[in-house]
Amino acid sequence: MLQSVPDDTKPEGAQAPSTAPARETILTIAGLRKTFGAFTALDGIDLKIAEGEFLTIVGPSGSGKTTLIRILAGMEEPTEGAVLLRNTRIEKVPANQRPTCMVFQSLALFPHRSVGENIEFPLKIRGTDRAERKTRALELLELLRLPADYYAKRIHECSGGERQRIALARALAFDPEILFFDEPLSALDYRLRKTLEKELKDLHSRTGKTFVYITHSLEEAMVMSDRIAIMRAGQFEQIGTPNDIYTRPRSRFVAEFMGEVNLFPLTAEAGSALRLAPGVVDTKAGGLLMARPEVLRFLSAGQSAPVEVEGKLEAEYNLGGRLQYTVSTGIGPVTVEVLRDQRPAAAIGAQVRLGTDPADCHLIADA
Amino acid sequence: MQRLDRRIGLLSALPLAALLVLSFLAPLLLVALFSIMPQKVFTIAHLPDFSAYAEVVSQGYWRSLAWSIGMAVAATTILFVICWPLAFAMAKVFKRFTLVLTIGVVMTLFVSENIRLFGWVLTLMKGGLIEGHWRYWTGEGFDGLLYNVPVIVFGLVYVYFPFMLFPLAQGIAMVPDDARQAAADLGASRWRILREIDLPLAAPGIVIGCLLCFVLSAGAIAESKLLGGQAVIVIGDEVETAFTYGQNWPLGSALSMVLIVIVGALALLAINRVDLDALLGRRSS
Repeated sequence: MLQSVPDDTKPEGAQAPSTAPARETILTIAGLRKTFGAFTALDGIDLKIAEGEFLTIVGPSGSGKTTLIRILAGMEEPTEGAVLLRNTRIEKVPANQRPTCMVFQSLALFPHRSVGENIEFPLKIRGTDRAERKTRALELLELLRLPADYYAKRIHECSGGERQRIALARALAFDPEILFFDEPLSALDYRLRKTLEKELKDLHSRTGKTFVYITHSLEEAMVMSDRIAIMRAGQFEQIGTPNDIYTRPRSRFVAEFMGEVNLFPLTAEAGSALRLAPGVVDTKAGGLLMARPEVLRFLSAGQSAPVEVEGKLEAEYNLGGRLQYTVSTGIGPVTVEVLRDQRPAAAIGAQVRLGTDPADCHLIADA
Repeated sequence: MQRLDRRIGLLSALPLAALLVLSFLAPLLLVALFSIMPQKVFTIAHLPDFSAYAEVVSQGYWRSLAWSIGMAVAATTILFVICWPLAFAMAKVFKRFTLVLTIGVVMTLFVSENIRLFGWVLTLMKGGLIEGHWRYWTGEGFDGLLYNVPVIVFGLVYVYFPFMLFPLAQGIAMVPDDARQAAADLGASRWRILREIDLPLAAPGIVIGCLLCFVLSAGAIAESKLLGGQAVIVIGDEVETAFTYGQNWPLGSALSMVLIVIVGALALLAINRVDLDALLGRRSS
């Protein structure tokens, strides 16, 4: 029988990451709070980040994710709470004395310096000699697939994607223990973003560094992360692997944030449109039954499924590889996504039945 | 259509262009011509010679020139040092107070420079505000604080303060906060950030502020006359004397030309090094 995750568990406890159990913790955040006047940006944040992990913090704008990363990078001080880097408290250490580095949303490249000088900046600050700096800069250009002659180029001669790579190279030149990213891809167009997402993930596995990435884009988070932390109103709503969060969200907020979803309220009135085989789910407990659009399928006459919904086929949308349908039911509109070869026989306006298996569904406790 | 627009544009710019040429270039040309006339003539219908320039060299006018340029350099340096923190605060720290400060500083420009300098004369002179009070309270007087070189530099700093402050604030406003934060994040100290980020990125504002203050100070007369008395004679004073009391227009013109060439060369050198377009917001990058 499907059961919801009990509400009183801590996110970390319940969703222990399957990917990072043995690795050492590099960064610990404990009871972090940040207020700006009467506004609470962060309301008690606890998190452990494992060495070499790619953690993405996702949330709508205003959820406090930028404040969080600014505190982690040392650009803000928390009102309360602790940040520990390998058991050393660093929350009061200024940014220029932390062994971490951030890639800004604006990239913050130095426009008056050449590409090479930008990359060499952290080395120059450390007093590395000129020849060694140049060697390292050229290595980094190669790592980020930029031609060596970019070394002498001006920043304004580079495209958006190239600037992105330069900012990354500069951050890597610093050789940080943790690399923070504050929505660095948000200003780029779709195709470039897709390319860079993959490159970032690739870079992460090649360098083995710990990446902490902030975005409001669920897609970015899904593609790149080992773990995703969903933020809402200054708190973590759920922390887990991308799969965990996508298939087993703890709340309606997470379910809806992670893409299109059908949430069927398990109330007595729902019975007319939603038919559940006996023993599939304990309807008396209430809550929401979640079914992603791609787990639903059209049932032909005579077919049946443990979970069934009936309604009128309203509209068809072509998504390219897939087809999406809206079915209006007694419990609201339902979204279905099927492959092209599973197109339903029924015409628009006809009555249809949708079905799925309990294993593909998930029970959310809060209504 | 576009060509027509351009032609109409050029045509309507013509009157102003003509006015600018007449009012700016014509006097300059006249001064240049007078500077190569024989001594003490009042028309340019003479055979040119360089006797006026010879006079400039032989009569030791270089001393006035050196004083003017030296004091201008001193005033500009002092202005830069005192205006930088204030301009930084105006551009990055103060919020509404920046407007109050701007209005306050601009208001001083509404009162004539000479009147403001006379105010300082009354404050600093023997028997003035400071010395008078001192004598009243202690019973012992002194000679007053006027008529020396430092007080002239003080006068220049006081008068040209807005000409440094506003361009600097404008320049500093152009430095992106992100760049400064990124530099700190990459390990740079405050001092390093100032050197590597703030100064180079605010360079257009710095150059304009310094240039304005230097050029105006180098040609200034009132400060040395009113506050400095006869402590030193500045080049502007020499030019004025040559044209009026000396009745030697070619000499005055030659002195002017020397000043114009020196200051102009410095200005061109400085302007060449900065991107004025960026300061005026014509190009975003």
